[in-house]
Amino acid sequence: MTRKKAARKKTAGRKAAVPRARRSRTAAAVDYDLVLFVSGASERSRVALANIKAIANEHLSGRYRLSVVDLYQQPERAREHEIIAVPTLVKRLPQPLRRLIGDLSDEDRVMVGLDIVPKSRNGRG
Amino acid sequence: MTKQPRRLVAEALAKCPTGIRGLDQITDGGLPRNRSTLVCGGPGAGKTLMGIEFLARGARDFREPGVFVSFEERPDDLAKNAFSLGFDLGRLTRGKRLVVEHIALDRTQLVEAGEYDLEGLFIRLGAAIDSVGAKRVVLDTIETLFGALTNQGILRAELNRLFSWLKDKGVTTLITAERGHGVLTRHGQEEYVSDCVMVLDQRVIDQIATRRLRIVKYRGSTHGTNEYPFLIDRSGFQVMPITAITLDYVSPRQFVSSGVAKLDEMLGGKGFYRASTILASGTAGTGKTSLAAHFVDAACRRGERCLYFAFEESPAQIVRNMRSIGIDLERWVKRGLLTFHAIRPTSVGMETHVSLKLKYVEEARPRIVVLDPISSYAAAGTLQDAHAMLVRLIDLFKARGITTMFTSLTSGEENTEQAGAGVSSLIDAWILLRNLEQAGERTRSLYVLKARGMRHSNQIREFLLTDRGADLQDVYVGPDGVLVGSARAAQEMRDRVAAAASRRDVEQKNRHLERKQKAFKARIAELEAAYAAEVLDIEQAIAQEKVRQESGLAGRTALASNRQRIARGRPTRAVGSKA
Repeated sequence: MTRKKAARKKTAGRKAAVPRARRSRTAAAVDYDLVLFVSGASERSRVALANIKAIANEHLSGRYRLSVVDLYQQPERAREHEIIAVPTLVKRLPQPLRRLIGDLSDEDRVMVGLDIVPKSRNGRG
Repeated sequence: MTKQPRRLVAEALAKCPTGIRGLDQITDGGLPRNRSTLVCGGPGAGKTLMGIEFLARGARDFREPGVFVSFEERPDDLAKNAFSLGFDLGRLTRGKRLVVEHIALDRTQLVEAGEYDLEGLFIRLGAAIDSVGAKRVVLDTIETLFGALTNQGILRAELNRLFSWLKDKGVTTLITAERGHGVLTRHGQEEYVSDCVMVLDQRVIDQIATRRLRIVKYRGSTHGTNEYPFLIDRSGFQVMPITAITLDYVSPRQFVSSGVAKLDEMLGGKGFYRASTILASGTAGTGKTSLAAHFVDAACRRGERCLYFAFEESPAQIVRNMRSIGIDLERWVKRGLLTFHAIRPTSVGMETHVSLKLKYVEEARPRIVVLDPISSYAAAGTLQDAHAMLVRLIDLFKARGITTMFTSLTSGEENTEQAGAGVSSLIDAWILLRNLEQAGERTRSLYVLKARGMRHSNQIREFLLTDRGADLQDVYVGPDGVLVGSARAAQEMRDRVAAAASRRDVEQKNRHLERKQKAFKARIAELEAAYAAEVLDIEQAIAQEKVRQESGLAGRTALASNRQRIARGRPTRAVGSKA
């Protein structure tokens, strides 16, 4: 598990070597492209948004972009992104694509789903 | 509020016709409108195809657009499958009468992290329904959700919400589900769908597969409870409403000729009743097929369409063989009046046989159907199955006013009256063909074992197959018993000789009588002449006597007066003396 993750991190680092410099200049370049699909201003949607913001700020500060799609406003996006459950957080980047469903209150699962290695362990590794 | 009860009643009766042949009959009008129906069955049972046909027919025939939510098959695969049933999904989609919504659930992409609902599914389904104004929805199959999502509590709550939402949307829903071991569905989907549950089944018995459909429940509606065989073929799904529950066929009083004039005579002069079931049974080579061919030929001459199911011979062979007895069946085939279907009984299951036959009957709409011979069914499956199938066929044909002729091969040793796979009690008219062995030869014979509702001959007739067709001969019943064949011919010859001899005898006697008559007449004339002469003589004698008598009287009178005068003369003298 750890070996796998480390390998992935290495590849990501190698791939992003040149673009990262460019990204930092444009301020649009990120490692993580996340889209949260919610349905209106429901409690669950609100909780999910708060949860992902907290996790991302802690572990991915500056390296992610998060957009929120309200399916009530843009129902056609549900088909486009193959959304069934709400809320769904789609991790478009880095590969592979993942869908995290639920209000994201289970932090461990969110971390696994987003391939985030906790900072403490990161420091040790 | 006061209107509510009436609305409920109306809803309870509303049906959504599927358009699937046979299904609407056994469901008494279709699926429950604005409600959900569960179709469950094993892999390959035809669940998806049923869903496709429900939508395609709805869109095409009932102007009710539909949404097909596919959790498994991709739209292009679905379109291919539908095309094999004769439905062009692409055209329906382009015509805004159908939406195929493919919901891909990739287990490997999903991570459950907290509470959720299935609002995304609702939104997509809602958008699809609204985009075409759908009235019908098929979910194929929601089971995939159970496989992809682990939180069963959420899933079940959401499915409950989904079905009540669909009801509110005013759509008729059909959901499919895989059948579980010993239970209807693996995940208990039937608990969400309480209105109508159907089970599709494909069973293999003796290496022969048969598809069957059963309605497990249908709330608030009458429905057939049997297992109904169904077919999936190029024109789609077809369910066979096998047995009518009641025996209320109309019984026409018209007759149909058997095609053999003398057989008609034996049956009271007009032939068989229309829409009756006729069995011609007999051992090998007794002329069963020939009799059937006559029946068909006569029907075609009347311009009636006929359907001939051949189970042992090819149509070409039957046509050729019947030509040898002067029946040209080919011209009827060419004119479209006669259709042959040659099927091996072992090729498909009994149920499928019924289904196929019904399908052909629906296509050809014949007045006459021949099954030649039904005994091969008994060889193909169990006798019980064959019997059940024939009962259904008889029902189906009767209900359609079709006159049916079965032929049945009986083996020599077998009791002839047990022929026909035990259907004898269902047969209206039974013609028995037998080979009589006598004087070193076999002779075909025929008799009417029974003919319900008509006065029929109880005599055995000799059944002759000539090159001008079949004919019946009275058999010779004499002091030596029943004579047939050349024995009959010989006896008839002897009879003719004897008859000729006695005829001559009679003639001779007549001539003798004539002579006698003449002689007597002559004598009578002679006697009459003598009599006349005598009469004349006597009359003359009488006349003479009369004359004599008259003259004698006159003489006596004169004499008497003379004597008086004489006597008076004396006193005259005395008087004179006195004076």
